[in-house]
Amino acid sequence: MAEVKITSLHKKYGAFHAVRGIDLEIPDGEFTVLVGPSGCGKSTLLRMIAGLEEITDGEIEIAGEVVNEMRPRDRDVAMVFQDYALYPHMSVSRNIGFGLKARKMSKAEIDGRVRAAAEMLGITDLLDRLPRQISGGQRQRVAIGRAIVRSPRIFLFDEPLSNLDAQLRDEMRGEIKRLHQDISTTMIYVTHDQIEAMTLADRIVLMRDGVIEQQGAPLDLFERPASIFVAGFLGSPKMTFLPGRLEIGDKGAAVALGDGAVVIPLPADRPLAGATNGMSVILGVRPEHVSRAKGQDLGPGHLRQEVAIDLLQPTGSRSYATFKLAGMPVMAELEAHDVSRPGETIAVDINLNRASLFDAASEKAI
Amino acid sequence: MPARPIRRRRYRSVPIGRILLLGFFVIFVIVPLYWVFNTSIKPSSDYLAIPPVWFPDEPTIVHYTAALFTYRGLEGLINSIIISSAATVLSALFGTLMAYSLSRYNTGGQHLSFWVLSQRFLPPIAIILPIFLIYRSIGIYDTHLGMILAYTVFTLPVSVWMMFAYFRQMPRSMEEAALVDGCTRWRAFWTVAVPLAAPGIVAAAVFAFIACWTEFFFALLLTSKNAFTLPTVFRSFLSFQGAQYGEAAALSIVSLGPSIALGVLAQRHLVRGLTLGAVRG
Repeated sequence: MAEVKITSLHKKYGAFHAVRGIDLEIPDGEFTVLVGPSGCGKSTLLRMIAGLEEITDGEIEIAGEVVNEMRPRDRDVAMVFQDYALYPHMSVSRNIGFGLKARKMSKAEIDGRVRAAAEMLGITDLLDRLPRQISGGQRQRVAIGRAIVRSPRIFLFDEPLSNLDAQLRDEMRGEIKRLHQDISTTMIYVTHDQIEAMTLADRIVLMRDGVIEQQGAPLDLFERPASIFVAGFLGSPKMTFLPGRLEIGDKGAAVALGDGAVVIPLPADRPLAGATNGMSVILGVRPEHVSRAKGQDLGPGHLRQEVAIDLLQPTGSRSYATFKLAGMPVMAELEAHDVSRPGETIAVDINLNRASLFDAASEKAI
Repeated sequence: MPARPIRRRRYRSVPIGRILLLGFFVIFVIVPLYWVFNTSIKPSSDYLAIPPVWFPDEPTIVHYTAALFTYRGLEGLINSIIISSAATVLSALFGTLMAYSLSRYNTGGQHLSFWVLSQRFLPPIAIILPIFLIYRSIGIYDTHLGMILAYTVFTLPVSVWMMFAYFRQMPRSMEEAALVDGCTRWRAFWTVAVPLAAPGIVAAAVFAFIACWTEFFFALLLTSKNAFTLPTVFRSFLSFQGAQYGEAAALSIVSLGPSIALGVLAQRHLVRGLTLGAVRG
């Protein structure tokens, strides 16, 4: 059990500046997910916490102790690797017990702990096999077993699920979440998958080009993205971005899309700090904020619009429908039977209370 | 209509060309070997008989005893085994350590690894005289130690290079897992990296052994009466009295033994080692 504190951390590989001044505090017992596109520095950051990469500048503290110069083995952290990194020449039980043996624990205690970990992960019948004799999902369990058997202060996961197929990935994701609920040790998890980030995290740290773009609770990031990048990264299907011009008048503010063909009034209570009349903005609308219009007009904050559906992607439970607004494609997540075929014209309600507004120049939220 | 299983054509045309080619190759390899063996057991009068004697009527082992005892072939054999084995072990040990360091720490930057290999570009004749003089002055001329050192140095570049290629394609994550699991670098190297690199180490060792076993030039100039190796014994079979074909053939057969045994023992590792891990085990 330990908290992690990172202060103005830098990592350079020659001329390439991979991590550029990260400040981050991870409280004890929290599940933190580092997420971002490939090359954003998230794995490098994790490897620096593990002690596998040297720190160019800055400081990492674990449980109040600066660990910059500490060897990986002395940090008392466990890591699960993307390629599992099992020792191919050792049986599953030796793989799991390897760390305990390296720490000179007695054989009886190693056996007991290995068995307990194997039971927890449901792999007791695999203990005598070699890694190459078991499946990918089982290998991942062994890799997790190797981590939990040591009861480390911190768990580090480096894209542990990316080599698994979709179904197994969902299953293992649930198991990792359950593991955290059961043992509530600090966990730091790296992924490029926004669904993993949303489902697992107590807190998401979204990185881009070596800096933290935004951090916070998953729903905070999802509902109040600080920038276009964050808004576009989280959510599937992606948020629709509609460039337009901000018009602030007597009756309140509105966004004129395209050449003013469609004017979308913003809710009266929407704060518009730093916004000026006529500035270029981008309106962000998530597919789930568009629904089929039913009954009465929903009133302020909602825009009712007749649209022609030009692309329909049913998923069974929901249907993704694309239509054009001022010439720009917008995606809506409708109920399965809201639209029957492309070409149909329907009325939709766009919930502007939940829409995001960004400054087109800085790409930051207004 | 029920789906019919697709059948392979049962009778494929016999690849006559391929069989002929392989047959020719087998004859090309086997016949000389057989001829050496044949010569080693036939009486001296049959060496150059016309027509050639393919199956001697009265096989004899007299050439073997002469080659091994009269011409000191046995001593040469024992010296060769000691020197080649020791040099192979040292070459594999230092080669593995150096290759690991080059591949994991990028020791010496871009150029050291190439410099190591470049040692083999040097013709032995260019360095043999200084080595000879140094050996004479420090007293290791014509000793096992001297030959072991020379052969270790002589085989090291190729060992390092083979191992370097092997380590470079091995994922680092297993060693990193060992480090996080509680190993020192040294322990991670011995318990994880070395066992995984075993095929590469074996392949490099076999190459080193064969290079030492067949080496003639260094042995000729750096040994005389004590540490002489098997290849140098063959010199004695050519003399003013003529060529001792039978003895030469007998010693050839004896010298083949270790190479063949090694090849058979290491065969499985060799294939994997030489493909440099391209095939997953």
